[in-house]
Formats: sequence, structure tokens, C-alpha cells
Amino acid sequence: MKGDAIICFDGVTKRYGKVLAVDNVSLEVREGEFFALLGPSGCGKTTLLRMLAGFEVPSEGRILIDGQDVTAVPPNRRPVNMVFQNYAVFPHMSVADNVGYGLKVDGVGAAERAARVAEALALVKLDNFGDRRPDQLSGGQRQRVALARALVKRPRVLLLDEPLSALDAKLREAMRTELCQLQAKVGITFVMVTHDQDEALALADRCAVMQRGLLQQVASPSDLYEFPASRFVADFIGSVNLLEGRLVVDEPDHAEIAVAGIAEPLFLDHGVTGAAGTSLWVALRPEKIELHKYDPASPAPPHPGDAPPGRNVVAGTIRHVAYLGSESLYEVELGDGQRLKALRSNLTRWDQEDFALGEAVWLAWHACSPAVLLT
Amino acid sequence: MKEQPARSAPLLFTLLAVPPLAWLLLLFAAPLAVIWGYSFGENRTLIDIAITGSWANYARALKPLYLAILLKSLLFAGITTAICFIVGLPVALSIAFAGPRARLALLVAIMLPFWTNLLIRTYALMAILRTEGQINSLAGALWGTVAVPLGAGPFEPLPLINNNFAVLVGLVYVHLPFMVLPLYAALDRLDRSLIEASLDLGAGHLATLWRVVVPLALPGIVSGIIITFIPALGAYLAPDLLGGTNSQMIANIIERQFRSANDWPFGAALSFLLMYLTFIALAVQALAQRRSAAREAQG
Repeated sequence: MKGDAIICFDGVTKRYGKVLAVDNVSLEVREGEFFALLGPSGCGKTTLLRMLAGFEVPSEGRILIDGQDVTAVPPNRRPVNMVFQNYAVFPHMSVADNVGYGLKVDGVGAAERAARVAEALALVKLDNFGDRRPDQLSGGQRQRVALARALVKRPRVLLLDEPLSALDAKLREAMRTELCQLQAKVGITFVMVTHDQDEALALADRCAVMQRGLLQQVASPSDLYEFPASRFVADFIGSVNLLEGRLVVDEPDHAEIAVAGIAEPLFLDHGVTGAAGTSLWVALRPEKIELHKYDPASPAPPHPGDAPPGRNVVAGTIRHVAYLGSESLYEVELGDGQRLKALRSNLTRWDQEDFALGEAVWLAWHACSPAVLLT
Repeated sequence: MKEQPARSAPLLFTLLAVPPLAWLLLLFAAPLAVIWGYSFGENRTLIDIAITGSWANYARALKPLYLAILLKSLLFAGITTAICFIVGLPVALSIAFAGPRARLALLVAIMLPFWTNLLIRTYALMAILRTEGQINSLAGALWGTVAVPLGAGPFEPLPLINNNFAVLVGLVYVHLPFMVLPLYAALDRLDRSLIEASLDLGAGHLATLWRVVVPLALPGIVSGIIITFIPALGAYLAPDLLGGTNSQMIANIIERQFRSANDWPFGAALSFLLMYLTFIALAVQALAQRRSAAREAQG
């Protein structure tokens, strides 16, 4: 049933000698979802995927697929198929033979095989490519062959190892959309490994973020971004200003956090679980910081929406401007020398010069914008 | 890019190329040409050979007596190559898939025999295989403790030496590294993800070996076969030391012409007959390689 757990990692640990590649990971992937394993290189995400495919055996723990313990089942008897990072298309076989390989070794008859190969090739828009040899294909086409070759087996789960990393930028964007459509069409559970947070956010229904073999957070892309569980996740997903602070006021409906370099404590429109004096971190995304003109004649700061006057606002000087086309990233230096990043959409074609290098500005944010992190 | 040094310093390049070229001409091409000339000559006196341009030596070499020995040599070389392949493939596979340290140790073990004189190794094989050798004494001891108490007769030493069996043992022993090394090189180059893809798509290990590993390692397999077959065809020591009176191979006949029979022209013709066969084998390989290269270049 859609939504039920299809894959279950139960306390899975993988050691290579003394190196702990995967550290006691417990994780469920639901039927029909597009799941991403995300993390920097060496975080254990690929090892986790390879254990799911059966190429590696966990040192501890169990892996269940459809409730069946597959921990010791060899790769050729698992109901999963993989799209390899380098595609691993057999160079000595035609496209059709590549796609039909899994059916042939399963003993599927020639007539049925031909029909299913044609169907799979149509699915990845490679009709009429059956007779080509892999060396006559582009990288993108080879990837489609790898996709068709895995999907033709009608696996319970399709595994994708860095599926877009080898494609150029334009093709990558097109392939993202296509992968999503493909998944919706075939209805198979996809599990993808990627180090690219944009890719994970754009494609996945849910992501698992890993670091040094440990599972950091499992959540939907928007929850990962807006409600990160730790400084690592906040920093890894997107860009962030991390401020170390101390809890000074903690009421059920609001909290105040003192941060060095900002005169008034930060005002939050929700309570924080923790005793006064607890040190914690505040994550503030650059696009959630507004830039305002600093007027020496009337130094009253702009009202930051739902915070009391004078709160969630700080003066600074623009030290760096990165013009990114759709938006501009400003680095603003505060009085004590620390810098905050603020992102501003270039909504019109002529106001990009509005905030210039060296200009004094107010930075302001809403009381709901900062995310409080305890670790 | 590689030709750059040669182009920028042609004089130096020529100077460096002269000594090895002279060496090859003087000590390889010239003697070969002399022997080739002899193969069209005849003995005048005990030490004088006249090159008459006659094909008589080749005609004699193709007489049933010698043709039979040539065919037998081909058969022995073929059997040796086949056994080396069947034994060498699993060895090469296990080296290619071993860990880096085990791989180095295994490769050294494969190459170790090269560092010992072939004659000495063949004598060692004689010692092991002979009637009073290690295998027979071990078998005798086992027979004495197990079979004799059960009422069997006295131990008859196994006929392990001075026969075709001993020749084949010797040939396989000597030529196995020639098969293992090119096979290993080919398997080592193989993209591991292709093997994983095959397993992932439901193929077992044997199907993967047959459908993915062997086809992709084919160039290495072909060179292994040729590199084993050619020296096995011209093997001299194994049949000479381990074989019996009717285990002679073509190299032994050739040796006899040059020494005891003192018939250099006939020996030269036999030698070149062997050489022509070798050339044909190499040409076949080159042709096969060009065809696979052309197929790869199609894209």
C-alpha cells in the first residue's frame, strides 16, 4: 500500500576495519515515495545504498524489504535494481540487449522480452535506439538506457546513485523534471543518493541527511530547510547565518535570545524549551533578512513586522555584493565585525544599484524567521 | 604529444636509436637471415653449406614422419594452452579481486618461477615425478597403510615420468604464468560496476562471468592464448627431460638436426616451418584486434 514502509534499516552499522562508514542507522522508506540520501562525500550514504542493493553486507543490524529480511540475500535475488553513477551500460551489447539483459538471465521468453524492452525504451524516450551500441550514445542517453534496464525488471525499489552528477547543468535540470515524471508514471519507490542539496530538495518527497555515518535528520525538503534539527543540517542545506546566543526570556508565546554584537536580544514569536541562560544557536536564512536604507537624519529603525519596536533590527555596512542575476547576496558587517548574509530578489530591472558597496543599512527580520538550534 | 621529444631533438633521437637498432640487426635479424638462407641449402662437406635455393628441405619436413611430430607438437601446445586457460582464469580472477596487499603477494608468487632457471625447475619436476620421487613415495606410503591391510597387492609405482603425461605437466607448469598475467591485466582493467550491474539485474556469478567478464576480457584472453601457445609449440626442455622416446616435440627434432645429425639446412627448414606457423597465429590475432578496434571506433 502506498505510504506503508517498504524499506526498513534496523540499526544498520557498517565497518571497514576500524573505519565506521555507517553508524547504527534506523530508517524507513515508504512505498511510492521519492527518497533521497543526502550528505557530503564520505558520510556513508553510498554505503547505505550499496547495502540496500546487496553489494555490501552490514556489520550489524538488519535490512528489510517488504517486511522480509534481505540482509543476507545476494544482489541478484533482491527486488531492487540500481542505476549506477557511471551508468555501467554493457559496452559489448546493443541498447536493446542491455535493456533485455535482466529479463534474459531471468529466462523471460524472446517475444515477451522484446515487447517489454520496447516498452521500457519508450518510457525513457529512446524508441528506435534499440540497435545502437553504447559508444554511439551521449551521456544522457546512456543514463536513459541504464534507467530502462533497471525499470524493465519492474523492481519494488529503484536505486539511483548520484543520478545527475555526470550531466551538464542544462541537461541536469531537464532530467530532474523527467525523473519526477517518470517516478509518478511508474509508481515505483525511488531511493536516490546525492551530495547535491538542490537535487535532493527538488526531487525528493523526503530526505535523510547523513554526516560521518550518522543519520542527522529525516524530513521533507521544506522541513529540512525551515526546521533544521542541527547546525550541521542548517548549514548543509542552503546558506545560513549561524549566531551563537543565550536564552534570556522564555515564555510560552515568545522568547528572547541575547546575541553578541546585536544590541537588543533577538525576539522570537514562539517559546523555546530550555532554561534561561542556556546557550544555543540561531539559524537565520539570508533571504529572510530584509535590507533597509539607513537614514542618518531619522535613525529610527524600520518596524520589523511582528516584533516590538527596536527588536530584530541591526545596523551594518555592506562589505560585499554578489550579483547572481535573479537575486543579489549582500554581506553586511555589523559593529563588532561579524558579517551577516542577506539575499534580496532583483524584482525590477533597475534597482540593483540601490544598495551599494560601503553603504550603511538596516538589517531586519520577522520574529518567526530565526530557527533555534540546541545542537 | 609523445613524439614531441623526437621532433624537437631529431639528432639526439637518432643517436639514441642507433645502438639498439644495430644490436637488433647484428644479433637478431642477421642470424635469422642466415638460418633462413640455410633452409634453402644443402650440406656439401661436414662444415660447408651451399645455398642452392632448393625446396628439398621443406619437402622433407612435410613428410609424414615429421608432419606427425609437428601435428603432435601443435596438439600438445593446444592442450597445454587449454589447461592453462582453465586453470589460469580462476587464478587471474582471484588475483584481480583480491585486496591490494594480497594481490601483490599473489602476483609475486606467480612471477617467482621466472626468477629461477628453467632447467633447474625442470630437473626439480623430474625429481618429484620420477619412480622413486616424492609423489610415488607418498602414494606408496599411503598404499602401504591403507590398501595393503585390506588385502591389496604390493604398490606399483605410478608411471609419472618419461611419457606424454609428464611432458604436459611440465608444459603447463612452465607456461601457466604466461596465461595468468595477461588475463589478470585484462580483468584488472574491467570496470567493476559492470559486474555489479550484471549481478544487480539478476544474473548469478557464472552467468556474469560468461556474459560480461569473458566478452570484455576477450582481448586479454586472446593474448594469453597466443603468448602461451607459441612458446609451448617450440618447447624443448620439457619433452627432452620429462618425455619418453615417443614424446618428442618439434624442437627436439630441430635440435637433433643441428647437433647429432649435423644437418643444418634441414634443421633450418624445420625451424622456419615453426616460425611461419607462429606468424600465422600472430596475424590472426592482429586481424581480430583490428576488427574489435574498428568496432570500438564506430562511435
